[in-house]
Amino acid sequence: MDAITAEGLVKIYKSRKSEVRALDGLDLTVEEGTVLGLLGPNGAGKTTTVRILATLLRPDAGRATVAGFDVVRQAQELRSVIGLSGQSAAVDENLTGRENLVMFGRLYQLPRGEPRRRADELLEQFGLGDAADRLVKTYSGGMRRRLDLGSALIGRPRLLFLDEPTTGLDPRSRLGMWEVIRDLVREGTTLLLTTQYLEEADELANTIAVVDAGKIIARGTADQLKSQVGGERIEVVVHDRADLARAAETLSRAGDGASTTEEHMRRITVPAVGGAQRLMQVLRDLDDEGIRIDDIGLRRPTLDDVFLAITGHAAQANDASTADDTPARTRAGSEEERAA
Amino acid sequence: MTAIDATVSRDSARGGSPAGGVRQALSDGLVVMTRNLKRVPRIPELAIFAILQSIMFVLLFAFVFGGAIPLPGGGSYREYLMPGIFAQTIGFAAATTAIGMTDDINKGIIDRFRSLPMARSAVLTGRTFADVVYNGGILIVLMLTGLVVGWTVNTGIVELLAGVGLLLLFAFAMSWIGVWIGLSVPTVEVAQQIGFTVLFPITFLSNVFVPTQTLPELLRPIAEWNPISVLTASLRELWGNPNPFAGQGLPAEQPILLTLIWVAIILAVFAPLGVRRYRSMSR
Ligand SMILES: Nc1ncnc2c1ncn2[C@@H]1O[C@H](COP(=O)(O)OP(=O)(O)OP(=O)(O)O)[C@@H](O)[C@H]1O
Ligand SMILES: [Mg+2]
Repeated sequence: MDAITAEGLVKIYKSRKSEVRALDGLDLTVEEGTVLGLLGPNGAGKTTTVRILATLLRPDAGRATVAGFDVVRQAQELRSVIGLSGQSAAVDENLTGRENLVMFGRLYQLPRGEPRRRADELLEQFGLGDAADRLVKTYSGGMRRRLDLGSALIGRPRLLFLDEPTTGLDPRSRLGMWEVIRDLVREGTTLLLTTQYLEEADELANTIAVVDAGKIIARGTADQLKSQVGGERIEVVVHDRADLARAAETLSRAGDGASTTEEHMRRITVPAVGGAQRLMQVLRDLDDEGIRIDDIGLRRPTLDDVFLAITGHAAQANDASTADDTPARTRAGSEEERAA
Repeated sequence: MTAIDATVSRDSARGGSPAGGVRQALSDGLVVMTRNLKRVPRIPELAIFAILQSIMFVLLFAFVFGGAIPLPGGGSYREYLMPGIFAQTIGFAAATTAIGMTDDINKGIIDRFRSLPMARSAVLTGRTFADVVYNGGILIVLMLTGLVVGWTVNTGIVELLAGVGLLLLFAFAMSWIGVWIGLSVPTVEVAQQIGFTVLFPITFLSNVFVPTQTLPELLRPIAEWNPISVLTASLRELWGNPNPFAGQGLPAEQPILLTLIWVAIILAVFAPLGVRRYRSMSR
């Protein structure tokens, strides 16, 4: 049973000076009760896709259904089964956290009394209990994000859209957000999540769809994608250039394939499935050989690696519009750098 | 189809009957209106600035220029001035609404509203009705200020209330112009600029500060038919304040009727424009 279907979605943003083809025939399905991670670089069309599915934008061509409702013709019915948390927090700064939630609950048409009860529940769940009656303008970025997610959950939607839910969060808040999202999924919520981080999609999604220039260019489980990319690698930087050859030999023996050496960086890389355990082995081997190292680590494949493997070029920000013809309303895309 | 759960069928049942639709529009509109009003005391600068601006005009004209402006037919200039100040202040309701609207769009609140199963009209009605209440509050402060500088109502309570009703009706109409502007401009600053560049000439080309007799022949009809002028003339007539209108003609004889016609015209033009703009946000 597909909770979300999209066929041939096209969206063109027209302005006086330019035309941006943000979606160019995008196809998508998400099975009920699963998590789809929409992975792509800046300007790939992730937000546009989410906005179409959440009835905020009409596609110029193609059709889409969410929970069986057509996104254009049955928009109002559709809205009562979804929750949306957009790329930047959409909560009222001049209301308190509680006031925000209660208001959105009322507008979600929850029965009398329910908005308050539900608001209390969510404030507790998201660790905002102490800040519940403070104005949101005094909240930190992470608190706003959590309140925004809470607002999306106020009506217990069966379908949830999260547009870059962890962008701008510190590592600890990010882990917290992941935990919250996992709980939701356990309860059976169908989730469409966009992200620029392969790691995040890997953690949360059953299926990953890679978007580039308004199209899905690859789709599969995290493992399938990673096997295309080559999975995890161990990277070592040796102290003495003279040790390079010996270290490379050691690594080739310990890893799952041939090692590659970058002379000028004194760096050697080898594919290694099984992560940390293998890393310890390599450390012991190098020590036995008496090779001094400057740095060693596990390198997980990134979005860049996936792009490189699929398209043969690195992920590039796709923002076609230039500074002066971008309408001010286009909320700023994430400026955060891609995860190291 | 499993998609149709209890919530949905309840909602579509309600959406299906016109009475239910109206009830939802009212209750959602009330929620949005309450939200807008709650914000007022939390951003006191906005209200304070709006009041100060009007008080500046009162001081400037009552105490600085007023002495030099002769009223044909005589009477107190301050009594003459205050109804004009009220009308001018209410005219700025358009700017208030436009700024609020643009701000909500840029903060993403409107998108959140649009993703909810709420009555579509509620975002706009909640905004315009809240702004009427807000302007009503500002009006009370200005009326008290007026009493202090020598303005008064020479008729009765009924006329006083009729005048206030006319002002609020006009505020409501102006708010719909603001809705349209607010949905059409990219930033709060632009909304503000439009407010000033359009509204100031309109209030200066009127009978707010000077009798229209003193204006050049060519500008006089414009100043007399100007909605701010007919509103001001209505108030002066209702409250028995000096109302030296030049010559005959509709603006002099039927200002109240003309004000109501203006309100109707503005609403008939700008409410549909605003609603259309709002709908086209999904394009
Ligand atoms: N309102 C708009 N007007 C004009 N162009 C737009 C608008 N919104 C998005 N675009 C353009 O459409 C393309 C896709 O944008 P979209 O926001 O969907 O990308 P994204 O994948 O969400 O990127 P990011 O990771 O930066 O959030 C980009 O080239 C962007 O510049
Ligand atoms: Mg985006």
